[in-house]
Amino acid sequence: MSTLRRALLILAPWGAIVLAWYAIHYSGLVPPALVPTPHAVAKRFWQLAQDRLPKDVLVSTGRVFVGVTLGIALAVPVGFVLGWYRGARAFIDPLLNFFRALPPIALIPLVIVYLGIGEAAKVAILFYASFFSGVVVMYEGIAQMSPIYVRVARTLGASDGEIFRRVIVPLAVPHMLTALRVALGVAWATLVASELIAAQQGLGSLIQNAASFFQLDIIYVGIICIGLIALAMDLALRAIARRLVAWQDRIA
Amino acid sequence: MSIVFDHVRVDFDTPTGPMSVVDDVSFAIEDGEFVSVIGPSGCGKTTMMNIVAGFVRPTSGAVLLDAKPVTAPGPDRGVIFQEYGVFPWLTVRENIAFGLKLAANRVPAAERDEIVRRYMGLMGLADFAVAWPKTLSGGMRQRLALARAYAVKPRFLLMDEPFGALDAQTRSAMQDLLLEVLRAEGKTVMLITHSVEEAVYLSNRIVVMTARPTRIREIVDVPSGSAREELGELRAHVRDVVMKEYAAQVQQATRMSD
Repeated sequence: MSTLRRALLILAPWGAIVLAWYAIHYSGLVPPALVPTPHAVAKRFWQLAQDRLPKDVLVSTGRVFVGVTLGIALAVPVGFVLGWYRGARAFIDPLLNFFRALPPIALIPLVIVYLGIGEAAKVAILFYASFFSGVVVMYEGIAQMSPIYVRVARTLGASDGEIFRRVIVPLAVPHMLTALRVALGVAWATLVASELIAAQQGLGSLIQNAASFFQLDIIYVGIICIGLIALAMDLALRAIARRLVAWQDRIA
Repeated sequence: MSIVFDHVRVDFDTPTGPMSVVDDVSFAIEDGEFVSVIGPSGCGKTTMMNIVAGFVRPTSGAVLLDAKPVTAPGPDRGVIFQEYGVFPWLTVRENIAFGLKLAANRVPAAERDEIVRRYMGLMGLADFAVAWPKTLSGGMRQRLALARAYAVKPRFLLMDEPFGALDAQTRSAMQDLLLEVLRAEGKTVMLITHSVEEAVYLSNRIVVMTARPTRIREIVDVPSGSAREELGELRAHVRDVVMKEYAAQVQQATRMSD
């Protein structure tokens, strides 16, 4: 397939969405005031880009970064232990599923009570979301690890420490990367909720402020920015994964 | 350099109480011998190999290596599994070098490279030094597993249906390669198989096991340099004994499902 054809195929669905968007605006089925045109949104984007948008993007990305980093830093060891020790799983699994099911938005009042309305509260929500999504990916990956590699290493004379360093860690890396990707996706999806907590800056607060003034075009700008940044991060992570775990049959 | 099964008995705990898997097995594999263990599937052959490998402890009795009971896996016993177990995150060269980088058998880098090169050549993997295992065929993966096991210079080679997952052509090529490598560097070999052909082709002796709980049914010597008809008779005899045990095993399974 030529590069041009590939590029066209990748762009086609996006083009289709923009066309459908125009179609809805001009169809008369919806009052046009409720659906700003793509070019109106683009114009607003340009305007905001010279104003508060860069700062919003920076602040939100920073929050997601800290939340995900902390969440994954805990999810990897916890997920590993749960995956490795089958005994532990029976007790911990229901607990994990209980907490994983709680919508972060429902926790906001409690977070405000315990952590106040500062940065810590916002990051805590993102941490919560990334930890519980990451830990499940991690422990299911570890639990499905084939025991044969450990047995082979033992027959070659490997000690426990060598088995951990030379067999288990390399086998765990792909699961860590997957956990990181899932956590990032969930964290971006939770961002607006976390910025419900008295945020002055950030894409979530941009959207909420705009909602109070019925500025639909700004809401669209905020949503599209979140989607695009999450997409860019995922693509970057995938590129890193492809290099780091080139040995895998397929990259998830 | 011998493997001795001394009244080995293994019971597994099951929800319905202990189940006897290996029942009072005694025999010896002498230095440099190639012994095949053959019997119906599920009879406990693999358990016997796992005891020698150090993964399973007998309930009573012992397996002795040079008169010392086996307690744990070790690099003196190379194990070849049916599912190969080549490390997918390492290239062909790194797979072979794996054992040589462990504290138990570390060698200087130059010597390591030399050993790796030697076995890549011997196993026909020289052109694939930096290939990932995912790009290799089943036969090549098994050759890689063999090279990796050989690299740490084990005295014993334990093989659990090593060629079972290969197609007939590759399988017979692998059998010839194995004999060739053994001629170059002799090992004491215990092969678990369910193929009479394979056992007769490769071994000095064949231990025929019964249905579970497994005992020794018969030990058959394969005289070296036998004439074609002689080998034919031998094959027919072993096949006959093995088939009877298969039938017994099937009956047992039917009874259990009733």
